[in-house]
Amino acid sequence: MISFLIRRLGVMILTALCLTFVVFFLTNLEPNLEKLTKSEGNMRMTDAQVQSWLDKNGYRQPILKRYGEWLGVMPGWTRTDENGETTGRCIRRAEDPDNPPEYCGLIQGNWGFSLVFKENISGIVREKLGLTGKLMLCVMLVMVPLALLIGVIAGMREGTKTDRTLSAFSILTTSTPEYVSGVILIVVFASKLGGLRWFKGTAATAMENATFENFTLPVITLALYGMGYVARMTRASMAEVMQEQYIRTARLKGLSFRAVVLKHALRNALIAPFTVIILNIPWLLTGVVIVETLFNYKGFGWTLVAAVGNNDIELLLACSAVAVLVVLVTQLISDIGYVFLNPRIRIN
Amino acid sequence: MERLTAIEIITRMLVQFTPVWICLFIILTLSVIFRRKLGLYGRLFSSPIGVAGLVLVLFWVLTALFADLIATMDPLTQLSGMKNKKPGWPVTGVEGQWYLLGGDNLARDVFSRMVKGSQIVLAIAPAATIFAFMVGITLGLPAGFYGGKLDTLLSFLANLVLAFPVILLFFLLVTPEIRSTGVPLALAGVLFLFPIIFFSLLFFTRFDENPFKLKIYLSITLVLGFWAYSGLAFNKDPLGVFYMDPNLLNIFVSVVFVNSPTVFRIVRGLTIDLKTRDYVAAAQTRGERPWYIMLWEVLPNVRGPLIVDFCLRIGYTTILLGTLGFFGLGLTPESPDWGLTINEGRKLLAVYPHPALAPTFALMSLVLGLNLLADGLREESLKD
Repeated sequence: MISFLIRRLGVMILTALCLTFVVFFLTNLEPNLEKLTKSEGNMRMTDAQVQSWLDKNGYRQPILKRYGEWLGVMPGWTRTDENGETTGRCIRRAEDPDNPPEYCGLIQGNWGFSLVFKENISGIVREKLGLTGKLMLCVMLVMVPLALLIGVIAGMREGTKTDRTLSAFSILTTSTPEYVSGVILIVVFASKLGGLRWFKGTAATAMENATFENFTLPVITLALYGMGYVARMTRASMAEVMQEQYIRTARLKGLSFRAVVLKHALRNALIAPFTVIILNIPWLLTGVVIVETLFNYKGFGWTLVAAVGNNDIELLLACSAVAVLVVLVTQLISDIGYVFLNPRIRIN
Repeated sequence: MERLTAIEIITRMLVQFTPVWICLFIILTLSVIFRRKLGLYGRLFSSPIGVAGLVLVLFWVLTALFADLIATMDPLTQLSGMKNKKPGWPVTGVEGQWYLLGGDNLARDVFSRMVKGSQIVLAIAPAATIFAFMVGITLGLPAGFYGGKLDTLLSFLANLVLAFPVILLFFLLVTPEIRSTGVPLALAGVLFLFPIIFFSLLFFTRFDENPFKLKIYLSITLVLGFWAYSGLAFNKDPLGVFYMDPNLLNIFVSVVFVNSPTVFRIVRGLTIDLKTRDYVAAAQTRGERPWYIMLWEVLPNVRGPLIVDFCLRIGYTTILLGTLGFFGLGLTPESPDWGLTINEGRKLLAVYPHPALAPTFALMSLVLGLNLLADGLREESLKD
């Protein structure tokens, strides 16, 4: 078990390094840097001025060195110009410019400064992650019980009318991406045409004060898409368990169907959905970005879109690093959880 | 002229779709008559879910084929006075013309845009999925069959791409700026090679003992393959037949790139499962080469799950394309792509919902059809 964990962690760290490097590379492509220079300096800079600005600000070092600086494993660049003035990556970021630290990167907790929000990125990320966390928590609270219920009911009597209806419903929800269901839900529940104006079509006010009225639609939109998939996995798992020998034994010894399902089938049938639910979290990330844009809920996904739109390289990098980390950690949790839940794997 | 009533709108739309109904009828009748001779496809007709899916998919495929006949107006023309008009509004100044599903914010016909949009989706999604399958199969078979270091390396790379949040990858890869750096071109250069490798290997292993046939098939593959390759990936086709818009190439490559690792994982898993079977051992005893066994023994036996996944994946790719459109990435803004249209329509959703609703239902029904079809196919192939 220990060696499994160590190996798994090693692969995870390697993956994280590779992925963040790819993101670093792609966000620091030449056109992006030029755009950055022009928005920092002025729009009418000549090419030579752009190049000299980039050179002066440390953007012309080898990419690996810059990646190391950003990560915080290499000392930040310093530079003394003709007037004897010293500038450097860490000098600008330091709270005390006279006595700058040698390293200033992600690991040191120095995430940089957002050009658009004019704030420290670590603060922005923390705040936005909190908002998205709130949304995700509500989504999970709606999605998981419903999906498990649908899956179990459909799977316990395979092939019946209930099963067919519920399966069709699950297929329908998996075929409806967030930008489709969101639009339909807004039209039905929040527009003139639908007539029912039960909810609000925007969740901007839900950031401080989430109410039933402004938070329902985004939560339902996100929950619906993920739910179908989890429900189908649960159904498959439940249907498989219901054909096991021990279920037949329990039935034959005279237990009621209810007791068989609740005491014997359910526990074994819920192992597979566990992994699916955990792995759903990174999968929901795309949905989060769509829903937050659609409902104007300024959380993590919205920030990601804003960072891309405004060419806010540092913010985009930080967001990407967090996103990659979330994906990898959830994968790790699902792997470990699966091993713990399933004794057959633990013995091997 | 009067505005059309709801019933008139529906009737007129049904009439517009006449070519689709006729073809649908012919295809379904023929399929039902000859279903016993059509293998898995024929058996699909005993599953109601599968038939429902097939009808939906066929409907959109035929719509894309006959789009020019079905569309009532030009999808890009803006007619004055038709901005945001409700469904069934008569076109000003033209007798006997209506905007069947109303006008959008730029006074274009919503119905015709929806019909034309199907062409874009149905051209990109299946093609991108086929490419992803070529990549996944060509890499997944040896990874599963040989195992060892090759498997470790390829699996690590696949997991790397899979751990990348899809939406982030799109934001980074599908931008106009990135084209000047050559990253999409490099990706296209690598990914578009795989179909050529796949078919060359396929013929090479099959006609090993028949040099004459081998020469013919191989030269056809290589000439056609590299001809298309030069045109599609680098826009350097000497005859100018194969060409891909740079925006489109960007989208296409990203979608293939995102989908291939999943296909790789499926093929690899299936190969590991099958390589211990008796017929593989028999082929090995016969002295067949590894690539022959992979392509002509293992691959035909994993076709069931692969066909099912193919349907699901086209649906998923359609959703991805919609997502790209929703964020305004990729195609030019006036293109009638469904995702783009939904994105445009959502801004005025509370006041004029109809421009967004048409592509919404179109996209949903197509993906639903594909998912139902996959479900039907899975059910039928499990009966073996």
